[in-house]
Amino acid sequence: MEILILLLALFILSLFLGVELITKVPPTLHTPLMSGTNAISGITLVGALLAAGSDTSPMLVNIFGFIAVTLATLNVVGGYLVTNRMLSMFRRK
Amino acid sequence: MNAHLVNLVYLLASILFILGIKGLTKPKTAVRGNFLSAMGMLLAVLVTLYHSSVVNFSYIAAGVAIGTVVGSVIALRIQMTSMPEMVALLNGFGGAASLSIALAEYFARLNLDITSFSDLTAQISTDMGAFGEGVEGHVAILSIGLTVLIGALTLTGSIVAFTKLSEIMQNDYSLPGGPIGNGIMLAASLVALTILIIEPGNTSAMITLICLALVMGVFLVAPIGGADMPVVIALLNSYSGIAAALAGFILGNTVLIVAGSLVGTSGLILTNIMCIAMNRSLANVLFGKMAEGGESIDADEIYAGKVTSAQADEVAMILETASRVVIVPGYGMAMAQAQHAVRELADAMEARGTVVEYGIHPVAGRMPGHMNVLLAEAEVPYDNLVEMDRINPTFDDTDVAIIIGANDVVNPMARDEEGSPIYGMPILNVDYAKTVVVIKRSLSPGFAGLPNPLFALDNTLMVFGDGKKAVIDMTTALTQA
Repeated sequence: MEILILLLALFILSLFLGVELITKVPPTLHTPLMSGTNAISGITLVGALLAAGSDTSPMLVNIFGFIAVTLATLNVVGGYLVTNRMLSMFRRK
Repeated sequence: MNAHLVNLVYLLASILFILGIKGLTKPKTAVRGNFLSAMGMLLAVLVTLYHSSVVNFSYIAAGVAIGTVVGSVIALRIQMTSMPEMVALLNGFGGAASLSIALAEYFARLNLDITSFSDLTAQISTDMGAFGEGVEGHVAILSIGLTVLIGALTLTGSIVAFTKLSEIMQNDYSLPGGPIGNGIMLAASLVALTILIIEPGNTSAMITLICLALVMGVFLVAPIGGADMPVVIALLNSYSGIAAALAGFILGNTVLIVAGSLVGTSGLILTNIMCIAMNRSLANVLFGKMAEGGESIDADEIYAGKVTSAQADEVAMILETASRVVIVPGYGMAMAQAQHAVRELADAMEARGTVVEYGIHPVAGRMPGHMNVLLAEAEVPYDNLVEMDRINPTFDDTDVAIIIGANDVVNPMARDEEGSPIYGMPILNVDYAKTVVVIKRSLSPGFAGLPNPLFALDNTLMVFGDGKKAVIDMTTALTQA
């Protein structure tokens, strides 16, 4: 129960931090912001690795884990690469 | 590896994500920010691989390999004009990943291996103990249920958004009863969720929940089209983040919660910015009709005998003497792939000493910041991309405003005609410029379905035809002058 409350506190404080951070991003960078946050949401890869790499769980768990690893990796790799591509264009000049 | 060390590394990863987003607040620091964020991701993944419960690497290796190859091919090949489609897809993958994690965790806790369909629907007697005792057990299954709901909805919603953006799906479809139909499905899925909380082993309730969420996602996005897409993409972006944060609650994982909530707020803030820029509420975008009563305005009456059309070389003659020009791009510029041509025209004008700036409306294009990325691709310096509130006061001192592929965001009805369906939407006041040049295929209305009195003003010249060709012709005429 204590852990749950701590996680809830972390969640709510992160929401406030998110508002403070994101409102300072200029409209020019809104598209890279979206693809960059897409990459960050690929952090679900961490949870996916735990499910896919488990040896004690039923096969079904590994299969869902495999799907999650594939999709989350796609988000991470695709998201960071395309964001970098866009941001490099903004850096010229 | 020591669990404390793992959590400390997760904390470090969270800090790097925060610094990464902070870097995005300035174009100069943005590349470094993105790099920091990527380093955070790498650290979090590596430390997880050392986790004692990760022992079977075959599924992981296969998944990472496929994801890396497909992800890099898409990211490196995609055209900048197709960025909305790319982001829509990534949103969907994010939602699907969270959905899969929730289902994996669900079946792991039930310790259930399913070999046939009848296994799936069979009632499984599981006491709450599998999910934790008391409140914690209920919270665990609630988190799983909510992640499934939002993850599945994000998945199908994003696929529909993708098919709409890539124009595979060209019509809008809504449920009978519109918002009421959606409301009934939401209510039904909350019932299924409640059953799950009482009886976690009720797999039928879980399957019902998944199906309802998948269908809801379709009908959340299917009725919405065209210029409302920026709102939808931003909203789905937010959902994919919320789903990740909820998955963090399932696993008790701090970095998932921090990263997920940052993404969730980012999407919500962008959704809000888009709604304000259209002077509409989110409910109105999702369930409303934009231009009710718009047909009562007779386009012929507004345009009859008042529209002046011009050729590219006539426009070039006006540009020759202009000292300040503002270019206003819209989705039409993306459609015509005219961003490079536009920049060449700007170069030609700047070579003659003309000051050229770009006026960017927040909802121009199909996603937040769409026009900025296209113009950055064409090597327009970002200092020249000016947002609406800063460019508007300058139109009085502007000699020529060139509108390419934009319509509703420059419609003076939104400012002047109180009865108009778009009244109150902030617009770019291009009609205050000495001369307005509108490059457009025809007089057809924009997404709002309204005629645009701007086209009939005395100081407006219409250049009919393909945007890219018209701009290139102007550049040629100007450089030869």
